[in-house]
Amino acid sequence: MLRINTPLREEDARKLKMGDKVLITGTIFTGRDAAHKRIFEALQRGEELPVNLRGEIIYYVGPCPAKPGEVIGSAGPTTSGRMDPYTPATLKYGLKGMIGKGLRDQGVVEAMKKYGAVYFVAVGGAGALLAERIKKAEVVAYPDLGTEAIHRLEVEDFPVIVAIDAEGNDLYAEGRKKYQKVG
Amino acid sequence: MILKEIHVSQISQAIEELSIRSNYDLPEDVVASIAEAARKEESDLGREIFQLLQENASLARTKRTAICQDTGVAVVFLEVGQEVRIVGGSLTEAVNEGIRRGYAHGYLRKSVVGDPLLRKNTGDNTPAVLHTEIVPGDDLRIILAPKGAGSENMSALKMLTPAVGAEGVKKFIIDTVDKAGGNPCPPIIVGVGIGGTMEQAALIAKKALLRPVGQRSPLEHVARLEEETLEAINKLGIGPQGLGGSVTALAVHIETYTTHIACLPVAVNIQCHVARHAEKRL
Repeated sequence: MLRINTPLREEDARKLKMGDKVLITGTIFTGRDAAHKRIFEALQRGEELPVNLRGEIIYYVGPCPAKPGEVIGSAGPTTSGRMDPYTPATLKYGLKGMIGKGLRDQGVVEAMKKYGAVYFVAVGGAGALLAERIKKAEVVAYPDLGTEAIHRLEVEDFPVIVAIDAEGNDLYAEGRKKYQKVG
Repeated sequence: MILKEIHVSQISQAIEELSIRSNYDLPEDVVASIAEAARKEESDLGREIFQLLQENASLARTKRTAICQDTGVAVVFLEVGQEVRIVGGSLTEAVNEGIRRGYAHGYLRKSVVGDPLLRKNTGDNTPAVLHTEIVPGDDLRIILAPKGAGSENMSALKMLTPAVGAEGVKKFIIDTVDKAGGNPCPPIIVGVGIGGTMEQAALIAKKALLRPVGQRSPLEHVARLEEETLEAINKLGIGPQGLGGSVTALAVHIETYTTHIACLPVAVNIQCHVARHAEKRL
């Protein structure tokens, strides 16, 4: 088990290898479909983003609302593939890590290799457990998007696995190969 | 004939309770099926994932919190006895009022956009997707199944030609699961509808997901198809969360319906391991 702190430098991102189990501590930012669309459009127009995401990790999540006295509701990953069309632009801009679940397309993998970024997966459907590792949550951009707004999260030992590393090694492909039975 | 009167406020109340219960309490048969799958899984990482899923479900149940942040679109099945008279207002509005209250009071995520192209969140998780059926008797049976998008998005429907037969059906189901890979949060439950018309196939595929996990079809040839398809799916190697393993699906449930002489519609509705549903009779 490796421990990393955010933000993530390119050299740190490049050190992480497919299959590494990692505990993340520090600040991460949430963003999913609607926020990605806005980020992408802002970058296309050459505008500065409402939050500086250079060197940061983005977590594809739309959390449940917090109950009174709690930090956040259930908060597991959403399917990353929907963010693929926007991702090469965010990696070019300087994003260094993504947390989600599921497959990525070749365009994302190539951009990860080029800019030195890493794709982590968290266990989908384990949102109650994952929420326990989130110590602080606050909306920092696009508040009109509700659950899809960009939140700044303070996490402690947030458990993830490196699914695709900065060399393009893909645990989804490798893991499957190992257990595939022809027949 | 004396009609049994049910006030719409009872329906809203029931829907509110079911919204919360279904999202906090994973059904016992699903819990048991995951525990059994954990024993079968060959991958070490897969077994660790199963352990986490069990801890997560148990935490959600005791802490009274959502099992998964995607608390879904509320799919509501109403079986209305033909001797029931609904009084006090609109049935559809009563269902939506229950959803509105359940998703607010249960601190559940609001995941519904009003227009699929304009995509503005309705803010209260309404409207529900409502399927109403008139049945004999004087009961009103309400089933609420919150459906998450990760698995819904990996579902597919195809109008096959009758010549491809059971083998063609099996191939389409396996191809759909294969293409979905790790996206729908495996281990999955595969709901299949064969026959009917296009919309009927989709509806019975969704209903197939309501069966207790692993319960076989009473039709022998369909039960055999369920077993063979499940076995083939679990050879794909996708495994828990798609990271490799021997358990990709917990079960394949197939429902069938009569169809046209020229038709063989097949709908595959994929359900993630958070297979939520709860019901109540009024």
